[in-house]
This record gives sequence, structure tokens and C-alpha cells, in this order.
Amino acid sequence: MLTKRVISCLDVRDGKLAKSIKFVDTKDIGDPVERARKYYQEGLDELVFYDITASSDRRDIMIDVVSEVASQVFIPFSVGGGLRTVEDCSRVLLAGAEKVNVNSAAVKNPGLISEASRAFGAQAVVLSMDVLRVGPGPEIPSGYEIVINGGRTPMGIDAVAWARRGEDLGAGELVVNSIDADGTREGYEITLTRMIADAVRIPVIASGGGGTPGHMFEVLTEGRADAALIASMLHYGEYTIAEIKSYLSNRGLPIRKAGMPVT
Amino acid sequence: MIVIVDYGMGNLGSILNMLKKIGVTGAKISSSPDEVEQADKLILPGVGAFDTGMKRLAETGLLEVLNEKVLKSKTPTLGVCLGMQLITKSSEEGQLPGLGWIDARTIRFQFDPRQTGLKIPHMGWNFIEFQREGALLMDMYPGSRFYFVHSYHVVCGNAADVLATTNYGYDFVSIVQHENIMGVQFHPEKSHKFGMRIYKNFVENT
Repeated sequence: MLTKRVISCLDVRDGKLAKSIKFVDTKDIGDPVERARKYYQEGLDELVFYDITASSDRRDIMIDVVSEVASQVFIPFSVGGGLRTVEDCSRVLLAGAEKVNVNSAAVKNPGLISEASRAFGAQAVVLSMDVLRVGPGPEIPSGYEIVINGGRTPMGIDAVAWARRGEDLGAGELVVNSIDADGTREGYEITLTRMIADAVRIPVIASGGGGTPGHMFEVLTEGRADAALIASMLHYGEYTIAEIKSYLSNRGLPIRKAGMPVT
Repeated sequence: MIVIVDYGMGNLGSILNMLKKIGVTGAKISSSPDEVEQADKLILPGVGAFDTGMKRLAETGLLEVLNEKVLKSKTPTLGVCLGMQLITKSSEEGQLPGLGWIDARTIRFQFDPRQTGLKIPHMGWNFIEFQREGALLMDMYPGSRFYFVHSYHVVCGNAADVLATTNYGYDFVSIVQHENIMGVQFHPEKSHKFGMRIYKNFVENT
């Protein structure tokens, strides 16, 4: 039986972990590779790196981070942030990432999804969508709208329609990030996640709002998500991967157990 | 020398990374017929579409030497993901014939995602069930989990070739072995310590 995945995302700026991540020990200070290694050893299923480097001429640093992670961390990982062209995607994949994460650039240019999917296969293309709850309207029947620029720019696109379109264009997975829930740590947007999971046939990763293993359980069952993305609950050391996994597993979810440490 | 066959499909670096991690020093990514000829073991990786894979293999000019090495010299060979599918006779994904090294074919998952609620591709961590003993399974304990990403799977003509199965909608072949020819449907290079065990077994015990 396929297990539900526990995925964590790391924000990286200029090759260092962003401030949203608490540094646990001295070895770990700001180094995304060390942090990724730690989570890998503790039994995390998958990682996402978001490059939030502001200036594009410093993006090469991220490529070095990706190569380094790929040589030490033997679980799948994706890279997103600032990927605008197939060439951008190709560089992170060649550096050793399994998947690319496209978001705003795909909203502005949906052809990016199909081109990347043709070039690298659907399994390598993750469509990340930032979604705002706006209430049902003529253009937005589901009541959930696609936004870009970190939630500041509404696009007049219905989230469920965009999810379907993304699947048709060749995305292999969807990350559904609720702007409303993001940062609240009060739980994922269950209605949204479920609506999208029911509308597509590709895996859905729920994002935004996860604060406890109970929230994760909720979105993996009621929300019908295939995976739950977590950030601060892990980065601040409030829960270990083992605790999260045994919580989910004890409640009957199929989970890849954290198990023995590895080197 | 272990040669990871480079025909332009897939993330070859991650296989090499894992081989280095388990202490293999002589591994090499190569598309040179001469180097393939000299290899003690071959890994045929692959991500992507079946016909594209077969076309690229032909374009690289490796088909002849690969057939020679695998079928005549009996060089231990491991197909990974698409690589496992290419060693079969055919695939529902494409029109081109496969390498045909094992008596098997490749088909699409036979269930309706809408009815079963199971998504295609089968993507994520799943278990394997041992069907018989084999070098790749040495020191592997039940409950080992592997990272899968695929929409098609292998069906063996000869049940004795099935080393392990995995359940997704139904049981399908996740590890195959016929003499020196092996294939795994998952990505050992992304499957943590379980994947390291597979490569270790391939390196040391085949």
C-alpha cells in the first residue's frame, strides 16, 4: 500500500537557510545541506527547497546547494522559486533534483508546464498554487482564487479549474498552498484541499497551516491529500519526524516509519 | 568497473552519488560502447517515455554492445524504473519493441483512477513482498520501503522471474531477475537505506 508522505520545505536565500528556520545546533547554522541531511537521517520522506534569493545573479549559489544535497541526501527532493523557463528547470534537475516546482511563472505562462513536462516527464513537474479564499462568484465558482506574488496579486482564476488545467498540461503533482491558513498553524484548509484532490487524478500535497500532527492527520484523511507539507512545526524542533510519523501511523495511516538512524 | 549507461534519460548523478556513498570507487557514467564493453556490471537507468528511451539507446549506438554483454557475456545488469521496462519485449506506452532480455511486457496500471480513488502515476513510498530468494534481497528485511514514480509496470511471462511484488490496486512486479538480468521498478537511489541495500547487493552479490 502506498504510504502518505511527510514533506518539509526549506526556504533558502543566497545559499543559506532563511530566518523562518530555527538553528538547532552550531553545525547547523544556516546550512541547508546540513538541515536536509538531518531530516533525511531522521526519516523524512521528501524535501522541497524554495529559493527566495531576491537577485537573479545570485541564483547560481542555489545550483551548488542542489548538487551538494543530491550527493548526501537519498530521498526525493524538488526545487522551486524563480524558475521561469525550461532551461531554469533543466539546470536544477541536472544538478540532482528529482522535480521542479513552478508557481507564478506557470500562471503567467501555462506553456511552461507543458514544455517542462514534455522535456522531463510529468513526474518531474510539480505545480505549486497559492490560493486565497474569496467566496463563490461568477468567475470563481469554487470560492477559491489563484494568487501570485506571495498572495498579493489575485489572478481571477478559479483554483479548482487551474488544478485541472495544470493536470491537463502535464503537471505530475500539485502543491495546494492556502494563503489563508499559511502561518496560522491552526490547521490546513481542508475544504480547499479536498475539492482539488477530488477534481484531479494526480497526487495533491497540502500546504499551509500545519501546526500539529493532528492537523496533518486531518488533511491526509478528510482533506484527501496524498502528502502534507510541514515547515515551522519541524524547523522549530517542536516535533520530531519520528513523533509525527508514529502519531499518523498509530491512527491507522500508511506511513513510512522513521526507523533506525542512517549515516 | 560498473557502468551507468548514459543514453540521455534520467538522473544518472543520483545513482552515482549513492554508489559512492556505499563505497564503490570504480563506477562511471558512460555512453561509450568501449566502456560498456569493458564493464563488469551495468546499470540501465531511465526516467521518461518508453519509445524515447528505445530511440535514444539506438541513437547512442549502444544496442549491439549491450545485447552482447547482457545475453552472451552474461554481465550482471540492473534496469532501474524505465530501465526495467526497457528490458521487456514491449510496452503499452509505445510502439517500438523493447530490448526483450526477459520474457515480459510492460502495461499500464489496469484500474480506473476515478473508480478506485488510486492515482496514476503511482508516486511515493511503497512496500515490497518477497516472492523468492535472490541476490538483490540479501539482508533485506520485510517492511523495506522504496520510492516509486511510474504509470506502467512489468508483467512477467515466467513467474519464476518475479523476485518481489508491490501492491498498488493489485500486486505488480517490483523486482525481476532472470539469471544475470535484473530490474527494479522503484528508484533505489532515492530510497534511503533500503535503496543502498539494493545497490550494495547488486555490487557485492551478483
